[in-house]
Amino acid sequence: MILQAENQVVDVHNLTVSYDNKPVLWNIDLTLPKGALVGIIGPNGAGKSTLIKAMMGIVPVDSGYVKIFGEALNVVRQKIAYVPQRESVDWDFPASVYDIVMMGRYGKMGLFKRPRKADADVVMDCLRKVGLVALKDRQIAQLSGGQQQRVFLARALAQEADLYFMDEPFAGVDIATETAIIELLREMRNDGKTVVVVHHDLQSAAEYFNWTILINTRLIASGPTPQVLTNELLQKTYGGKLDVLSQMQDIIKTEAFSVGHS
Amino acid sequence: MNDLLQFLTLQDANVRYVVLGVMLLSATSSVVGCFALLRKRSLVGDAVAHAVLPGICLSFIIADSKEPWVLLIGAFITGWLSIYLIDFISSKSKLKPDTAVAIVLSVFFGAGVMLLSHIQHQGSASQSGLDKFLFGKAASLVSTDLITFASVAVFLLIVVALFYKEFKLISFDIKYAKTIGYPVKFIELLLSSLTVLAVIIGIQAVGVVLMAAILITPAAAARTWTDKLGMMILVSCIIAALSSLLGTYVSFVAPAMPTGPWIVLIMSLLAFISFLIAPKKGILSKYIKQVKNRNKIKEENVLKMLFHLGERENDFFKPRTISEMMTMNDVPENLSKVLGGLKRHGYIEKQGDTYTLTVEGKTKGQRMVRIHRLWEAYLSEHLQIPADHVHFNAEAVEHVITHEIEADLVKSLTNPNLDPHESEIPK
Repeated sequence: MILQAENQVVDVHNLTVSYDNKPVLWNIDLTLPKGALVGIIGPNGAGKSTLIKAMMGIVPVDSGYVKIFGEALNVVRQKIAYVPQRESVDWDFPASVYDIVMMGRYGKMGLFKRPRKADADVVMDCLRKVGLVALKDRQIAQLSGGQQQRVFLARALAQEADLYFMDEPFAGVDIATETAIIELLREMRNDGKTVVVVHHDLQSAAEYFNWTILINTRLIASGPTPQVLTNELLQKTYGGKLDVLSQMQDIIKTEAFSVGHS
Repeated sequence: MNDLLQFLTLQDANVRYVVLGVMLLSATSSVVGCFALLRKRSLVGDAVAHAVLPGICLSFIIADSKEPWVLLIGAFITGWLSIYLIDFISSKSKLKPDTAVAIVLSVFFGAGVMLLSHIQHQGSASQSGLDKFLFGKAASLVSTDLITFASVAVFLLIVVALFYKEFKLISFDIKYAKTIGYPVKFIELLLSSLTVLAVIIGIQAVGVVLMAAILITPAAAARTWTDKLGMMILVSCIIAALSSLLGTYVSFVAPAMPTGPWIVLIMSLLAFISFLIAPKKGILSKYIKQVKNRNKIKEENVLKMLFHLGERENDFFKPRTISEMMTMNDVPENLSKVLGGLKRHGYIEKQGDTYTLTVEGKTKGQRMVRIHRLWEAYLSEHLQIPADHVHFNAEAVEHVITHEIEADLVKSLTNPNLDPHESEIPK
């Protein structure tokens, strides 16, 4: 069940990606529509994080390509924003909440420039949207998990992008923060932005996303949520790894085989 | 005293060059060191410092000259090569980064020492003094050196100022920097070059072996004093400059003492003191906080106990004796000391051998008992913990419950007036 989107913003073509020398995504072909809240669902190790990292060009691909807004990645970087997993940084860094959110403006500011009043306005506005204004001068090591997540979210919002990639934004977050975040994402979707979220919880997926991608190393489904979150397709996704495919992944890794050809 | 004054007023021209030169180069090294520390690349700085030795020796052998700029070109090349090799080994082989650093450091340094011995055995008069690069010879700094250092220092500081936000970003979140299209490779290259440059000027004063200390120690010390990057850089410069001043003073008063090692010793002493006494992060401050917490717990427990006594007899303001109090549960061993503390805070009054709650004391004791019972009720209702197990948990936790949490507790309970032991929860 792989449906193509009208009005595509993301076009993934025959993408194969390896992680630690082992192919974790095989020949992924999909398109994503504008103005959608997209959920990427699959079991652990399915390649979900790798997929969005490949979509943003921060991991090398073995073969295939990704086009955003019909162009190559490097041309449209200004329009893409990334919210990584909280564990991807060491939070024991001498900076305040405000400093980190201001980093979202660095792309627009360019090298050598200092932040201007306009940038400060955007930062304060984003802090307001995620409810962190009271904590803006707090050292980031003193934040709770939910607050850290909101800092990353505000940083991405500060980029004023059109396409957002988020890696497990609801992991380990309290229910109040989760509700606040999903409300914010819905507003963004209603404003015409596209938000792509790697999500870990099946139950809330049906409620949150209007387009869903089911993935387990290979693409199982991609389309409007009601048509994708069916029992049959979910069984295919969560019913364990394909045995032969698993063996192939292991052999490719041990034999250091190159499956790339771009 | 006369010595100190003469030193501090920098009357002696030689002293002037040495002091200013050393202060300048250790301050600039510490700036670069701050970023190395935050990027968790402190050991790479050490490897670079050791790796410049073969470069210096090779320059001397090839060019047959001891001109500073000749030697430093060789130093720059091998310094850079070592960084490249560390990255290459970490990324292409199965070896982890710390192994790569250890290997590169040892190989380059071994090669350097070998070349140094070879040069010394050649016996030509012009080579004497090359071994000063091992431990530095701050005392031999002259005015031309000062000018070189000053220019390199200014260049370094300008680059750091220009690229401040770029360095900050890649130190914190390099993957994010890639997604916003930052030229990450170029910025890393720049930072590495600055490190090599800082090492090259630093080894004049402290030598190859101790260079890592100049890079990292002031930054590590500064980190304990502040949570702002800008302030951290400033504090590390101050610590570096101060240590340099004092170290130079030591060798000024006792000429047999080597300047470089003394600077490093003083820097390390300042770092250890920082680790101990820095507010919030210092070991001493954490210990003091623990003691304060323990006292708070004991005092609040005694107030609770006095409230219980009052509850029992329905008279909160009756004077109590110590023997009366000892009949209650959970009485601390140093009861009279705790009572002394409570009197100082204004929660109880002492008359002879008896102690009476003040109005404030009763209020506080009441609140403690209220929180204790609210928390027990919460554990019982929401975590389904049996009534005979909730007491100890509440004893431990009640002292940190704030007014906001108290309000939330009340909201979450179906009956906020009765605890699991059927006692009434006071207002």
